[in-house]
Amino acid sequence: MASFTMPSLGADMDEGTLLEWLVHPGDTVHKGDIVAVVDTAKAAIEVETFLDGVVAELLVEPGTVVPVGGPLATIEPDGATPAPAAAPEPTPEAAPEPAPEPAPAPAAAEPPREGQAPHVHSPLVRRLAHERGVDLTTVRGSGRDGTITREDVLRAAGTVETAHEEPAPTVLRTAAVRATPYARKLAADLGIDLEALRHSNGEPVTAAEVRAASPGEQPAPATTARTEPAAAPTPSEAVAAPPRQDRMRAAIATLMARSKREIPHYYLSTTVDLARATEWLHERNRTLSITERLVPAALLLKATALAATEVPEVNGYWVDDGFQAASQVHLGVAVSLRGGGLVTPAILDAASLELDELMATMKDLVTRARGGRLRGRELTEGTLTVTNLGEQGVESVVGVIYPPQVALVGFGRIAERPWAVDGLLGVRPIVTMTLSGDHRATDAMTGGRFLTAVDHHLQHPEEL
Amino acid sequence: MTNSTLTDAEARTLVAEAIQRIVPDADLDAVGDDVPLRAEFELDSLDFLSFVETLSQRSGVGITENDYEHLVTMRTCVGFLTGG
Repeated sequence: MASFTMPSLGADMDEGTLLEWLVHPGDTVHKGDIVAVVDTAKAAIEVETFLDGVVAELLVEPGTVVPVGGPLATIEPDGATPAPAAAPEPTPEAAPEPAPEPAPAPAAAEPPREGQAPHVHSPLVRRLAHERGVDLTTVRGSGRDGTITREDVLRAAGTVETAHEEPAPTVLRTAAVRATPYARKLAADLGIDLEALRHSNGEPVTAAEVRAASPGEQPAPATTARTEPAAAPTPSEAVAAPPRQDRMRAAIATLMARSKREIPHYYLSTTVDLARATEWLHERNRTLSITERLVPAALLLKATALAATEVPEVNGYWVDDGFQAASQVHLGVAVSLRGGGLVTPAILDAASLELDELMATMKDLVTRARGGRLRGRELTEGTLTVTNLGEQGVESVVGVIYPPQVALVGFGRIAERPWAVDGLLGVRPIVTMTLSGDHRATDAMTGGRFLTAVDHHLQHPEEL
Repeated sequence: MTNSTLTDAEARTLVAEAIQRIVPDADLDAVGDDVPLRAEFELDSLDFLSFVETLSQRSGVGITENDYEHLVTMRTCVGFLTGG
């Protein structure tokens, strides 16, 4: 029996909240299938399984905060005898063999450990108690043999006035329309009124129904529009989770501080004449409908990806005191979010994509990044990151490397400047390109070779 | 260059709606007619492309890359869309 655990969706993630299961016990899953939605500081992320098999049991309920590495479900690998399917919503008593204790969360997030005396059979109940700040030694169990049940914990939580910062578990959100947490979040992001989708029989509204109710193309949602849990039924629940923006700020702070602490950065900069590239682009776009047009960023990304295949020393990870080159270029793209913060999802295997495919992927990625619906792989597999879309007007951007990556490419604004060509002064579209390199992995000589390669590709746009 | 039949008021509404598809809480009334929209609402090139797409689709006016220079402020956008 294999465990499906809370994945690490980036070096800055300690824990995640399970938002929604997309599979049920008994479902057959294959490597790469999306099985759950997990909420992190940065976004709601669709999480894939890396196993082939049959879902045996779901160990945690939506709304549960689980540390990275903590078990979420068990999967019977292909070829093994399938276990009897458990009920889709595991009750505390149904939790079978005690699941291994999840990796300890950061000390600050954990209330003092309870004594071993009380009978608690279910890890779910323990976790619930942690979340709600309930000391299990003070709870009297109402279950068999005095076992503490979830209801006992909830009852105790109702009487404990505690300034707790975890989100209120979804099970208690009874005031509003019934909906799955992911559906609720989607509805907020897409500006859909859940009331309009309410089922008369009390069935929860699902994410699919919300999507169906969304008008054709979604507007890029305001990332600040995250709904907090509906009105809390008891005073003890009045404390909501910190807003996403604060959590994202904290996540960025952690990761960037780690980068500056651990990575000896070196910086290079070069100026690239984009006259040929922009002329070529303009000519190509002239005959295309608006939806098919390319933006200059697509050329910059493709040129970067191709150069990374030629100078593989900048494409990969620094782990265990050594450099591991990546076999493909998964190009991370820094996407700034309205309302603050940024995410850096990756365009997978960017070097092998045709320009129009890369453009479509980039559009899709930016839309989903801002709508909070990225896939796990997109956040974990970036091998080299580009920050550009420095279209915010700055002339150049010198970035901070995303550990464990070893380089970061920055493009400033494309602007017309006086430029000498063949002894004559002309006005050309110019961009400043920078490289932040990890000096442990490469020297400036290698970094320089890489920038030269990007420049070379941008001078031959027809080959991109 | 255009044969649109939009009135000034219709064009103004369309521009506001096209911006609000990207920045839902954008308050166009609070922004002067001569303020550059891309900078004001921090539209990146993908945002701008989708802005252009919405304008073109809803107005029926074809918009080439050469026309982008007319799509800077509310005033220039309305002027372009109404053929003025």
